[in-house]
Amino acid sequence: MPEMTYREALRAGMAEEMERDEKVLLMGEDIGVYGGTHLITDGFLDRFGKKRVIDTPIAEGGFTGAAIGMAMMGLKPVVEMMTWNFSFLAADQIIQNAAKVRYFSGGQVEVPLVIRGPNGGGVQLSAQHTHSLENMYGHFPGLKVVSPVTPNDAKGMMLTAIRDPNPVIFLEAGALYGTKGEVPEGDNAVEFGKARVAREGTDVTLISYGRQVNLCLRVAEKLEEEDDVSAEVIDLRSLRPFDSETIVESVKKTHRAVAVQEQWRWFGVASEVASIIQEQAFDYLDAPVVRVSGAEVPAPYARNLELAAFPSEDAVAKAARQVLYQEVSA
Amino acid sequence: MVPAESEHTGDGAVETQEQQQGGGSPVATDGEHLVDLYKKMVLIRTFEEATQRGFRQGKIGGYLHVYIGQEAVATGFLDAYKDGDKVITAYRDHPHVLLLGSDPKAVMAELYGKGTGLVKGKGGSMHLFDVENGFMGGYGIVGGHIPLGVGFAYAQRYEETDNITQLYLGDGSISNGAFHEAVNLSGLWGKDGMNPCLFIIENNQYGMGTSVERTTAMTDLAAKFNAYGVENEKVDGMDVEAVLEVAHRAADRVRETGKPYAVEALTYRTAPHGAADFFEKYRTKDEIKQWRERDPIGQLEHRLIERDVIDEDGIEEIKNEMKETMKEVVRFAEESEEPPLEELYTDVYTGGGVYTGEEG
Repeated sequence: MPEMTYREALRAGMAEEMERDEKVLLMGEDIGVYGGTHLITDGFLDRFGKKRVIDTPIAEGGFTGAAIGMAMMGLKPVVEMMTWNFSFLAADQIIQNAAKVRYFSGGQVEVPLVIRGPNGGGVQLSAQHTHSLENMYGHFPGLKVVSPVTPNDAKGMMLTAIRDPNPVIFLEAGALYGTKGEVPEGDNAVEFGKARVAREGTDVTLISYGRQVNLCLRVAEKLEEEDDVSAEVIDLRSLRPFDSETIVESVKKTHRAVAVQEQWRWFGVASEVASIIQEQAFDYLDAPVVRVSGAEVPAPYARNLELAAFPSEDAVAKAARQVLYQEVSA
Repeated sequence: MVPAESEHTGDGAVETQEQQQGGGSPVATDGEHLVDLYKKMVLIRTFEEATQRGFRQGKIGGYLHVYIGQEAVATGFLDAYKDGDKVITAYRDHPHVLLLGSDPKAVMAELYGKGTGLVKGKGGSMHLFDVENGFMGGYGIVGGHIPLGVGFAYAQRYEETDNITQLYLGDGSISNGAFHEAVNLSGLWGKDGMNPCLFIIENNQYGMGTSVERTTAMTDLAAKFNAYGVENEKVDGMDVEAVLEVAHRAADRVRETGKPYAVEALTYRTAPHGAADFFEKYRTKDEIKQWRERDPIGQLEHRLIERDVIDEDGIEEIKNEMKETMKEVVRFAEESEEPPLEELYTDVYTGGGVYTGEEG
């Protein structure tokens, strides 16, 4: 199977849909002449022309709103949020218009819109440029929220996102744009609302999404080597809609679960995971579900502080040992 | 703020005359056409008065924003509407949807929260929609709808149609960032003929209770568009004939060029901001009285009689007819059923699968 980077996978997804469907167009800051801050759309302007590859001013609310308007007219805009940190400026448009207009119009319009860009931190961008916004956008009915971590899912979920007649918040693992993975040729559309078992195991379930999935996979190896513990790793990849079934089935098998997220603990995705498990698999649990989250501080700059602010292998391993009663909690 | 003494206000009047002489697109405002516009304005007024009664009786919930005093603006501009055009506005949205041909019964039923309502009881007064008739909605967040309309206009040219978007906005939205970001985009895209957007500022002098003077040091709202390369003018929004002339000329121009254009219609809401705005501490009775003297319906009525187009009995007949119609409209709204509870979870998502509110 051919390998491609996460970046190439996103590019392939968008380019294929643009070839297939004239109604697909791209908008965003520096996506055309410059080729995209992260070079995701490099070459697209020459290939598709300025009518379909629109360089915008730095005005997230304005261009996101215009994209929503285009979508309501039947176009399929894919908006690049240079980073999701800037989406606060567009939050009124995303939440008040994109998420709700279908409902308050009594079903008279659709908003086939994708907003994509890098989410999360890890590259020393400090406080204003480091957020994980899956819980914020996942909170609003009317939006779909996905967070692929493998190149295969990056492309396959992009295809699905563009074809979806609803607004999709597409959270990319920005720190992984250069990582490689296998991507089959042709249409590999990945259905939303289906979690992926990234590693099978029998003793404990590590549940995550985005770049923390890779962390969980490393921890699983470590647990295997050091403790002879078999950890299952679940990549949620779609946060709204959400796949409870895969988690619950896994916990019924392992009886223990750790939910890992880069974002802050309070009101986060991991809390939702823990709640679903206690509601649907309470009798199967041998230990309370433990959450591993980012530190409750704005993201710091210094490398050592930044590392301390995100979930680490040690923290996840410790949590796993805690639910396995191999380590007593502090 | 008191009404201007001349019929036309500001520089716009001069430009209007010049352009008329220059050929423009003169509007045939024959008697029949004016009577038709008169009837439309009376429909809006009568409808709005009925909604105020419904609100006071507790039959209409939420917020209620009426168009009383401003009728000439939407009536004049929507006279230039062509099939396939799109119209979008904020939450003072009853007249636009009525003028585009929605059934007043369905509009009233929506306000009454009934299943027969225009949007099935899901939006209420602030969120009327009639996409089939070109009405792309009323929106509740001041300024928030403006980028959408600019997007509609881009799509209209992307699809290579000759349709335009009429984008209505209030004076209250002019200081909002969404306005500036969207108008900037519109001007920019218009350079390539990709933004046939007609901006219509319904300057009714107050954003809720705060006058234009108390929100910006530069009170020439049309001129704000200069900053973004969007040509503009003003019109006396109390005079439907003046509005009509500008509306057709501006709409033709936007349709032809694919470039945006802005018109500031100076008007006045003689009714309170919202139906719950009882005290009106922000303006004087005298000011309201002065504007009432220039009431758009009263002015047109006077002219029609003066020009022997219609007599007082004819006027009375139109008003009585509308009152009777409105009784039917209200009865329909009152007698309609509430939306079925199954509607709670519909229209959240589209495209397959049943949504139950359970995400997992």
